[in-house]
Amino acid sequence: MKQEIIIAGFGGQGVLSMGKILAYSGLMEGKEVSWMPSYGPEQRGGTANVTVILSDAPISSPILNEYDIAIILNQPSLDKFESKVKKGGILIYDGYGIHTPVKRTDINVYRVDAMDAATEMKNEKAFNMLILGGLLKIVPMVKLENVLLGLKKSLPERHHKLIPMNEAAIKKGMEIIQQVQ
Amino acid sequence: MTEEVKLMKGNEAIAHAAIRYGADGYFGYPITPQSEILETLMAEKPWETTGMVVLQAESEVAAINMVYGGAGTGKRVMTSSSSPGISLKQEGISYIAGAELPCLIVNVMRGGPGLGTIQPSQADYFQTVKGGGHGDYRLITLAPSSVQEMADFVGLGFDLAFKYNNPAIILADGIIGQMMEKVVMPPFRPRKTEEEIIAECPWAAQGKPAGRKLNVITSLELDPAIMEENNIRFQAKYRKIEENEVRYEEFHCDDAEYLLIAFGSSARICQKVVENARAEGCKLGLLRPITLWPFPSKIIAQYADKVKGMLSVELNAGQMVEDIRLAVNGKIKVEHFGRLGGIVFTPDEVLAALKEKLF
Repeated sequence: MKQEIIIAGFGGQGVLSMGKILAYSGLMEGKEVSWMPSYGPEQRGGTANVTVILSDAPISSPILNEYDIAIILNQPSLDKFESKVKKGGILIYDGYGIHTPVKRTDINVYRVDAMDAATEMKNEKAFNMLILGGLLKIVPMVKLENVLLGLKKSLPERHHKLIPMNEAAIKKGMEIIQQVQ
Repeated sequence: MTEEVKLMKGNEAIAHAAIRYGADGYFGYPITPQSEILETLMAEKPWETTGMVVLQAESEVAAINMVYGGAGTGKRVMTSSSSPGISLKQEGISYIAGAELPCLIVNVMRGGPGLGTIQPSQADYFQTVKGGGHGDYRLITLAPSSVQEMADFVGLGFDLAFKYNNPAIILADGIIGQMMEKVVMPPFRPRKTEEEIIAECPWAAQGKPAGRKLNVITSLELDPAIMEENNIRFQAKYRKIEENEVRYEEFHCDDAEYLLIAFGSSARICQKVVENARAEGCKLGLLRPITLWPFPSKIIAQYADKVKGMLSVELNAGQMVEDIRLAVNGKIKVEHFGRLGGIVFTPDEVLAALKEKLF
């Protein structure tokens, strides 16, 4: 099994850290993993993306032509990556960040209203974990217990008290993801 | 006991590996995309554990001259930078090569020329393997293509540098520096004691005991007759390195009709190209030089008798391709494909270029 994933959005949305948590979760599961960030002069408000590969076999290229799964968190990222989802692949987006409908009809499209849910939870930092929860509902590539272990590994110790909040956000994300097509 | 597998960036792996290898000192100046090396060393505070010195110098020029000084005392010292910073270090590197001192240099390449971009590139191939600084000298050049090799080549680089009293360089790029992968760290080794250094490096400036000749560390020799002798000695050493230290990796080369030749991150992308081409029924192989100097010319010459053509795939305008053509000596077609200035090719682009240029 191999999952080739792009996560793309604005800087500050937790794109890179969501990728990191996914990569650490894969590590906990004993998979081969690669995490390749765009590392331009990114900042809050600029665009950021990360390619994460989880695989049972050694990973060759960290740079890909196309992706099994695209997680799209803003409009520029949809414009850039919609055409790069494999036929039959998956596109997950946040309803708040996307203004034009997905044009592709040969892929599975899901929506997580993570920004709204994060606002409801009064915790905008839960945003990326809501998205991650949605992803794991559709493609359970790693077990929740390993995600929590991954969180522990990737977060500095002073933030470990936030793990229960993250777990709640992941579970909420699993509830609110809906198929669009 | 199973070793602990960690997930880290290539740059972080270099820093951790240096501490574990028992390096005595790191002198550097921050520059993207390799700043995590200095940052990780500062966060790890090895001066409190192994006694390793970590110092942010006032400039790249200062850092390489600190390396020169440290190396002169037989210590295991290193520096790291990215392309523009490595250009600044070239005078010092030439002096270190001329004084025949061992040290480790890391270049995590970015797109140039000039200040260029911070995105990945392999455009410093010429600078690294053909000189860079002035004079007839060579750098032992290791090109890692994974985070694991970033860690492993710290030890290998130091070992080769001390084996031949010559600077070694790890030539990586922004992809390998910034990506995270699984890595198994090398075991901890204690730093060499002063007594061990005096025993193993009789040339080192470690304090002159009575009766011993003065150890002078210099690259200056005003008598051209002696300077020529020095150069002849350097060249004899370089021939020995070329004979003994060539390293490369073959990927599906056995039955290959065409060969990709690529190093570092390009080689990772080319692995995928080989997988995709083989799925289409095209017998493609990949030869990955691990040492760029000494260059694996012999094995490439042997493949020139077996394959129909070679494509040198590099993130530059065509540099390693010249060394491949020298090795092949006109026997078969050797072409180059690259992207420039920080743009990275996708596997599809490489396969399309192969078909266009060689089929």
